[in-house]
Amino acid sequence: MLEVKNLTKKFEDRLVLNDLSITVPDDEILAIVGPSGAGKTTLLRCITGLETPNQGEFFWNGKQFDPKNNDLIGVVFQDYQLFPNLTVMQNITLAPTMVKKEPLKEVKKRAEQMLTQLGLQGKEDIYPFQLSGGQKQRVAIVRAMAMNPKILCYDEPTSALDPALRDEVAKIILGLKQSEGMTQLVVTHDMDFAKNIADQIERVKALS
Amino acid sequence: MLNYISGIMPALLSGTRMTLSIFFWTLICSIPLGALVGLGLITKFKPLAWILNLYVWLMRGTPLLLQLIFVFYGLPLLKPYAIIFPRYQAALFAFILNYTAYFGEIFRGGFQSVPRGQFESAKVLHLSYPQTIRKIVIPQVVKIVLPSIGNEVINLVKDSSLVYVIGLGDLLRAGNVASARDVTLLPLVLVGIIYLMLTAVCTIALRMIEKRSSVWR
Repeated sequence: MLEVKNLTKKFEDRLVLNDLSITVPDDEILAIVGPSGAGKTTLLRCITGLETPNQGEFFWNGKQFDPKNNDLIGVVFQDYQLFPNLTVMQNITLAPTMVKKEPLKEVKKRAEQMLTQLGLQGKEDIYPFQLSGGQKQRVAIVRAMAMNPKILCYDEPTSALDPALRDEVAKIILGLKQSEGMTQLVVTHDMDFAKNIADQIERVKALS
Repeated sequence: MLNYISGIMPALLSGTRMTLSIFFWTLICSIPLGALVGLGLITKFKPLAWILNLYVWLMRGTPLLLQLIFVFYGLPLLKPYAIIFPRYQAALFAFILNYTAYFGEIFRGGFQSVPRGQFESAKVLHLSYPQTIRKIVIPQVVKIVLPSIGNEVINLVKDSSLVYVIGLGDLLRAGNVASARDVTLLPLVLVGIIYLMLTAVCTIALRMIEKRSSVWR
């Protein structure tokens, strides 16, 4: 269970998040929705340690953790941010081998399984620029999953995809919930998509 | 004429050796140093950035010829902190100092054009800063700066002729000596041809490196 308690974030004098608390039970999907500028992405960036909140505490299964330093959370960015100089496989294996010092062989085996699950078999040795948007996103998901996170966060996963692919992403997210029991946070402005996937919907309103 | 050419070739080739030696050592030292200066120029630690900016301004703001003269004739006069370099070392020191500044500026631009998202992406994967720089940033920066570095490399081949001012015998000087002695321009024509060949080799090498780094975009 992920708990965020009393999260407050200001940029200069502008209050973006005010004393926000959320709870996500294990294996559940929380969709964070709201108009643009409401602070959805900021909320996600605080949880993933990319932004330092002015106030707030984070708990995983009752134990406090530091968003900047933990191996609980994986992130799939809006624009994926794959490393263009590395092949698909290198993108996935880089962090597990360098950070966790896992043997390359094992990471590769796991990666290949996940790539196949997501219909990316045969793409291991090509570079990100050779992939379509939807494929890049799936590689980004595999890359995040390769670090064995407990929580997976998505920033606007549907914004760059055409409507047909939207359902694909929904399937993948729901699939991860079933097969891996992944706790997932999805920031989106797409209400239909949120209703499709989420166990719980958190609405964020613009404060100023 | 062929006899004359083969007569002066040994002198020209020995000058070429000096030119190449300045060229290689300057490149080998100033490219990595330039990368470090480039990183320093964008550091959040302001005093360092400030000092490096001053250094870059000095090096780019004065002629290399003047810097050579200062290093060789000037530094020994700085009593009681006199620094005395032999000619060759003085030339190398000045060239490395000068070219590091240019490379530093090029690398600064390169580092700044790596998207912030790449750093964030590396951060959420818990890559350390040195790991991020080595595996993600440097390869991307190298690709970005390659054409500009290539320009400087070609310039360096020709700039190396400035070492005559502190009495080193490089290619151009060897040609000059022969030309003055024999009252003919032929040695200088040969010098021109040798420079052209050197820069042609550099151009081809650079093209090959650029091609290799174009497997990804």
